[in-house]
Amino acid sequence: MDFQLNDEQRAIRDMVRRFAQEKVAPLAHHTDETGEFPAQIFKEMGELGLLGLPVPEEYGGVGADTVSYALAVEELSAACGSTGLTYAAHTSLACMPLLWFGSEAQKRKYLTHLAQGKGLGAFGLTEPQAGSDAAGLRTTAVKDGDSWVLNGQKMWITSGAIADVVIVAAVTDPERGARGISNFIVEKGTPGFIPGKNEPKMGLKGSVTSQLFFQDCRIPAENLLGELNGGFIQFMKTLDGGRISIAACSLGLGRAAFEAAREYAKQRHAFGHPIADFQAIQFKLADMATELEASRLLIYQAAVLKDRGRPFTKEAAMAKLFASEAAERVCYQAIQIHGGYGYSREYPVERIYRDNRLMAIGEGTSEILRMVIGRRVLRE
Amino acid sequence: MKVAVLIKQTPDTAELPKVSPEEVRSGDVKATMVINPWDEYAAEEAIQLGDRFGASSVAISLGKEGETDALKHALAMGVNSALLVDVEAAREGDVWAVATALAAAVQHEGDVDVVLTGKMSVDGNSGAVYTGVACKLGWNLLVNVTKIVDIADGVVTAERSFEGGQETVTMPLPVVISVAKEINDPRYPSFMGIRKASRAKIPVLTAQELGLESIPRAVRWENLRKPEARHTEVQIIEGETVEEQAAKLVDALLAEKVI
Repeated sequence: MDFQLNDEQRAIRDMVRRFAQEKVAPLAHHTDETGEFPAQIFKEMGELGLLGLPVPEEYGGVGADTVSYALAVEELSAACGSTGLTYAAHTSLACMPLLWFGSEAQKRKYLTHLAQGKGLGAFGLTEPQAGSDAAGLRTTAVKDGDSWVLNGQKMWITSGAIADVVIVAAVTDPERGARGISNFIVEKGTPGFIPGKNEPKMGLKGSVTSQLFFQDCRIPAENLLGELNGGFIQFMKTLDGGRISIAACSLGLGRAAFEAAREYAKQRHAFGHPIADFQAIQFKLADMATELEASRLLIYQAAVLKDRGRPFTKEAAMAKLFASEAAERVCYQAIQIHGGYGYSREYPVERIYRDNRLMAIGEGTSEILRMVIGRRVLRE
Repeated sequence: MKVAVLIKQTPDTAELPKVSPEEVRSGDVKATMVINPWDEYAAEEAIQLGDRFGASSVAISLGKEGETDALKHALAMGVNSALLVDVEAAREGDVWAVATALAAAVQHEGDVDVVLTGKMSVDGNSGAVYTGVACKLGWNLLVNVTKIVDIADGVVTAERSFEGGQETVTMPLPVVISVAKEINDPRYPSFMGIRKASRAKIPVLTAQELGLESIPRAVRWENLRKPEARHTEVQIIEGETVEEQAAKLVDALLAEKVI
């Protein structure tokens, strides 16, 4: 067992950290205050190859491993939660299913476009009445000659309204429940594909979260992703991978809150001492650092298993469950350490606390994850 | 045309204050080591000379075997090749010894027309190595260059800053050039570049190959200590209006005999 990053992973982490701190972090407060999507940042990320980091070189990517990808998500999220989440959704939820399930032609056309950073991708699964209960989807796709015709509505779709390519889950055989769902590739601008409003949210305000409407949206038959009625298996595997990246988002956010609190504790004086001298503060920092380290190890474990082609569903669920809830506790304590300043929008911990709240909801709520883990440990 | 860019691996500037005298004395610095930020400008210029004049480029660094992070950074940016110079007598010597080893490596590389360096290192801060390299090579030296205007017919035309102004100079090749930060905006390495560089096997040039088993040293360190930390106090000048604040600021500066 070796807990060291290899040279490549370390070099990738260091460069993402530098880019994130120099380019992304200075915009984070502005992004949160205005809700503006940081488009220029994503343009630069595309030029550097970051938007195709774990995608093989033959499809325009860099071919890095999942550990490197998780490190990149952590670093971006530590600088700006909105940027980290948008990046994670693009990579895990759009690029990876295209890589795993797409035909050669689909990969050449769509995956290469996304990996080269020429546009963002999105994954349209959740609906107003169906989130965790994926079998409850109502969006339909009906074959009509050489086309599929989509009708329905999606909700809470990260980057849905700004993505060039959206993978959309729709019911293709209503009799078969979860086994009657298929995924389709829908291009921006397709007639009948109507992006809705950007949802106002508690945090992650620079991440575009969209409703999507499909009204007799006709797409070519060849835009079916993978097997007909194979959508459920596809998005379960996609979400397994996505959970590693959401865990990494939480780790980045939690780390940023911890580092801000640590610095504040060294500088803030009370009763004639920096508050870092007081054991009450030291114990908080100790618990925060320990929880972040535990999150990190769970994330790396899941990422390594995935790269080795081993089952990682349980480990990815554990990583996301623990990291998202640990970051919640870390952010809470970071605000406690800051006192009144922690509640102010002038200090970053307030934003980070709000940004992290989503991580225990998106891509599998903590409750669903406990079910996933519980079922698996009972089978072992 | 061939360009050699001299690169130093230095502690991350954010971690410099944590480096102890003991670490410097033993050569075992615990800080994260990166490419000397001033040398990034030189690496960027080498790449741009490749784009403009078809020059090939090689990054050269003095260090122990395995100390290749800075060289790999230069490779990831787009410098064509890299060379590690492992000469103990230079590593443990003075700036003249360092210049001796680097100049020998440039000569060993052969056919080099231009040597580029940053203006100084963030740890040693001597700003003297490139002068020594030019001296050892017997080449012309151009310092504080802000723009390489042209290289043609064996002559480089460059702009450089000096106190009180800017001048354009021409100088015959071969030449050693130290660059100022105004010369360019160093690029971030691409992630594909990072992957390729991390797998690169960097050749090592030894003291034996360069005939530099020992280099006489002119300077010896008798003692090494950290400068005392400066204690500063921040005073916020308050006032109802800008004029009132300015008046109070002037009073405070007068009281401190600053003005």
